[in-house]
Order: sequence, then structure tokens, then C-alpha cells
Amino acid sequence: MDLSSINPVLLLASLMVAATPILLAAIGELVVERAGVLNLGVEGMMITGAVCGFVVAVGTGSPWLGFIGAAAGGAFLALLFGILTQYLLSNQVATGLALTLFGLGLSALIGQGYIGIKAPSFPDWHIPLLGDIPVIGPIVFQHDPMVYVGLILVAATWWFLHKTQSGLVLRAVGENHDAAHALGYKVTRIRILAIMFGGACAGLGGAYLSLVRVPQWTEGMTAGAGWIALAIVVFAGWKPWRLLLGAYLFGGMTVLQLNLQAAGLAIPVEYLSMSPYLATIVVLVIMSSGRAPGSLGRIFHASR
Amino acid sequence: MITLEKRAGPSKVWAFATPLLAVALTMIVGGILFAVLGKDPFETIRTIFLDPLFSEFAWFYRPQLLIKGAPLVLIAIGLSFGFRAGVWNIGAEGQYIMGAICGAAVGLALYPMESRLIFPLMVLAGAFGGWAWAMVPGILRVKFGTNEILVSLMLVYVAEQMLASMALGAMRNPEGMGFPGSRNLAQYPSAANLELIKDSGMHWGIVAALIAVIFAYVTLSRHIFGFQVRLTGQSPRAAKFASVNPARMILICLGISGALAGMAGLFEVAGPAGQISIDFNVGYGFTAIIVAFLGRLHPIGILLAGGLMALTYIGGEIAQSNLGLPGAAIQLLQGMLLFFLLAVDVLTNYRIKFGKGGTV
Repeated sequence: MDLSSINPVLLLASLMVAATPILLAAIGELVVERAGVLNLGVEGMMITGAVCGFVVAVGTGSPWLGFIGAAAGGAFLALLFGILTQYLLSNQVATGLALTLFGLGLSALIGQGYIGIKAPSFPDWHIPLLGDIPVIGPIVFQHDPMVYVGLILVAATWWFLHKTQSGLVLRAVGENHDAAHALGYKVTRIRILAIMFGGACAGLGGAYLSLVRVPQWTEGMTAGAGWIALAIVVFAGWKPWRLLLGAYLFGGMTVLQLNLQAAGLAIPVEYLSMSPYLATIVVLVIMSSGRAPGSLGRIFHASR
Repeated sequence: MITLEKRAGPSKVWAFATPLLAVALTMIVGGILFAVLGKDPFETIRTIFLDPLFSEFAWFYRPQLLIKGAPLVLIAIGLSFGFRAGVWNIGAEGQYIMGAICGAAVGLALYPMESRLIFPLMVLAGAFGGWAWAMVPGILRVKFGTNEILVSLMLVYVAEQMLASMALGAMRNPEGMGFPGSRNLAQYPSAANLELIKDSGMHWGIVAALIAVIFAYVTLSRHIFGFQVRLTGQSPRAAKFASVNPARMILICLGISGALAGMAGLFEVAGPAGQISIDFNVGYGFTAIIVAFLGRLHPIGILLAGGLMALTYIGGEIAQSNLGLPGAAIQLLQGMLLFFLLAVDVLTNYRIKFGKGGTV
């Protein structure tokens, strides 16, 4: 084993990249859950986003259009979930699971002809001045644009939830939908919008995997990232900034185990590959201290 | 304007009709999907849903139906207890893998000894493996309030890595010339899950699945535990007043589903699959979730739903080889089935009212 082959600067730099897909998916789910809806279909929306983004990006040659396509694909799938849970009043846990199974099948079907193709990549962009700072430059300022989109989304979500009136209404709907309904807010409409936002974010996260991180399309490529995003929302106690911490913690774990694999640590590869999932469980056990939104997962039916 | 009015109780008629309606809708939308893919929709639907039973090669497919259906029914029966009581074990796939690993470990450890006791011992080990794997989310939920959905699912990925590690390392066939995968248990008479009646496909896993159906039926309709499960599902508050211990309920529900999934894994590895290999698991643990819901969490319903799902598997394989239908289309069809079921289920619990929605 050769631990000296692990470069701490590169490790920290790739941490941000590894955390981005989960961060994107998790920030969307956070908004959905703050609106009182538990969508367990993140994995399905992510993988659908991954394939939609890949297909659009390969077709148009533009990764930006790919990400837009991914967001649209994720939002469309989320809309199905929204119709089922909000208008047809189905059980949210079961519908979320169905969404995941459906998304895995749908993505495999769409992606059939795209296996083994390479995705168009973002042109190498280097933030002038900031990117040239030694050590900090390569860690923070030399990434692809989507890394910063993720960070901006976290900040924007925090601002929206805590500094705007619409954010307050959304939180009210999540805390007590009957009271929000009595005050005249359109519970169902707000929730549908939140669900679609969540789907779009999950789609972006999935496309980040297929367009930037891997960058290829393979069946089932999200490999549980959507579920980890769900876990991170719980870990974060439904607070945007703590979500960032959770995603980086998880990204760090992933990158570290990949580096240890490459360095030839005397532990079999399979056990290292388990570590992110085990770490997620450990984190869930010791850190799930936050309070869930009051109406989370409950069915809203106006005429009660 | 269309409004929904909550029924006093679930409609008995619609409880039976919705799964059938969901199947019909899936066939229609599936047919459109096949047409889009450039296949003849009617021929494809017929191939998937009828050919395994009635075509001239049905004698070959019928045993396959039993082999595919048994693990689905066995796992779904276990899941149905938890789903009724609001305990969401969605990591059955992991429990299935761990059951197979533990059961196969016993068989491989005793190779080449011959004894009648080996196979029953393996079944016990398989059930234990699945049970133990399900106890992880169970104990974490009871002790720390950790969400069992996420933990049980994370453990699926851990189990998959464990399976790879076993196939490549500890359980690799010493006479396998370095190829991954264990010894073939199906060729080790004391450990093999043999066909009980020649060419019927009938093996011990199918017997176990039928026993599980009867056991679940009796428990749910006659035993105090079944009553508590139903009560917890219908009204958690009432269950509390009836002094149902929630921690105990969680552990028992996860334990039952884990043990049955583990047993399903063992029957598979000792019979149809034969060996521990990297790609041993094929998603039965997830499809069983569809089976459980499609069967309305009722034992008899699950038996029928398991049969239907096995039909789509086998029919899907036929459509794949005969009509060139992509395998993913079948996966999509199965997902669609669950979607439609959840969608039309609104009719069971609500009445649709047309006209002006009165005083809301």
C-alpha cells in the first residue's frame, strides 16, 4: 500500500465533485419534505434525469441543454408522483417506491442505444484569479459550472424558505396542512410545485453523474445515490446549510474509499465499496436529531 | 367539478376490482408502449400474458412459472405483515442475498459429507441470515428511532458487495479454475433443492411459499398477532389503547419478512441458481413489493399476484427472444402495474362525486 500516492489537494477537490449529485438531489427533496410530502422516488427521478440528460446532451452536443432535459425529465416523473399522491390520494411511501421501480425500468428502456457512448463535456473553464490561488484554487475554484449551481441552489433554497413569504407559506403547508388550508392557501397546488421542483433537482443530480462524473450511461448507474440523498435530508434536520455538510461528508467518504482502493489498501475492494452505505447508516443513527415537518407523509383531503 | 368523498369503510367490491382494473390499464398503456417500440401490441400482450400458459411450448414454461413465482410469493408474504402495520422493510433484496450466503455457507462447509440433515440445516441458516440482516434496521429503529426504510435499503447495497466478495473470495469454488462463483450446490445431493416431482418445477421453495400463504392467512384472520397488525395499520391510536407494543411489532414484522426473504434466497441458491455468484440476485426483493401491493397485502391475493408477476417475467423472456422486445420494457411494465394500482385505489377508499362540490 502506498498512502503517499493520495494527494490531499486532489482529494478535497474531488470531494466537491463527488458530493454534487447527492447535494442536488437532496436540496430538491428537502423542499418537497418541507412542504409535507415524502417522495421516496428520488432514485427513480435521478436515474431518469441521468438518461434524459445524456440523450439530450448527445443529441444536441450541449451539456447545458442536457441538464435542462434532465430537469424536465425528473420534473415529469415527479409530476406523476404528484398526481397520484395529491389528487388520487395514494400512499406516499408506496407511490415513491413505485416511482423508483418505474424510473429504473423507464431509464433502461430509453438508454438502450446509448451504452458505451461518451457524453459531450463542459469546456474546461478556469475561474480567472480565484482559480490561480495555490491550494485553495484547485480545491474550490476549478470545477465545472454545475458544482457552483449546486451551491447556489442551496443558498437560494435557504433564502426562499426563510426570507420570503412564499417560503413561509410552503413551510406552513408542511407543518400543518389543515391549518394552511383553513387560511386559504392552496395546499395541493403548492405541493405539486414543490414536488416538481424536487424532481427537477433530482434530474440535475442524475445528469451530473451521467454527464460529468462518470461520464457515460450505464443501467442502474445511480447505485443508491437517490436513497443516500434522502438519508442526508434526515441527517440535515431539514435545514439547507446542514445539507451541504452532509453531502460533503458523504462525498469525502466516497472519494476516500476510491483513493484507498487505488492505493491498494490491504482491505478487499468490496469492503471499501460498502463503506459509503455503512457510513450513511452510522450517520443516520447518531445524527438524526432534527424534527420532521408536522404533516410529512400525511394525506391531505380537503373535505374532512 | 369532480370531488372525492371519503367512504365510511373501504369498498369491498372495489377492493377486488382495482387490481383487475390496474392490470387492464397496464395492458392498454403497455400495448401503446409496445406499438411505439414498433411491435404489434396485441401479439406482444398475448405473448406476455397468455403464451406461458397456453402456447404449444407451455409444458416448458409452466414449471418456470412456479420457479419464478415462489420466491416472489414467499418474500411478499413476509413484507405484507410489515406493510399492513406501517413498518416499511424495502431491503428484502439484501435479506434474500444474506439468506443465500448464510445457507450456502453451511452447505459448502459440510461438503462433501452426505446427510439428510444438511438441507434442513441450510434452510434454517438461510432464514437466520435474512432475519439477522432485517434485525439491523429493526434494532436501530427501536433503539435510536432511525428510519427503517433508509437503513434496510442501504443494507441492500452492502449485501450486494458482500455477495461479490463471497463469490470472488471466501466461497469461490476451489476446483473452479479461478472463475468467480461457488461450488454448484445443485450437484451436491445433500444440499440440493431438488425437483420434488419430475418436470413439474416443484421444489421445496414452492412448498414453503404455499405453507407461508396458509400460515399468513391463519395468523391474520385468527391469531391475536394478526389482529394487532391489522389494528396498527388501520388505526395506530386505537392500537396504542389496545396496548400493542410498537417496538415489538416492528421487530416481529421485520423479523418475519427477513426470515422469509432469507429462506427464499436459500431455496434459490440451492436449486435454480445453484451457486453463489456475483449476479445471483435479480431483483426479486423489489418485485415482491409490487406483488405485495397488487395482492392487496392479503395472502391469497399475494399468491395470485405472484403468479401474475411470474407470468410477466416468463412471458417477457419469450417476448424478448421471439419478438425482440427489450428486457427493460418488461421492467417498465411491472413498474407501471404498481403505479396504476395505486392510482385506481382511490376508488376503494373514496367515492367520486360529479357536479358542484357542495360545502367543503
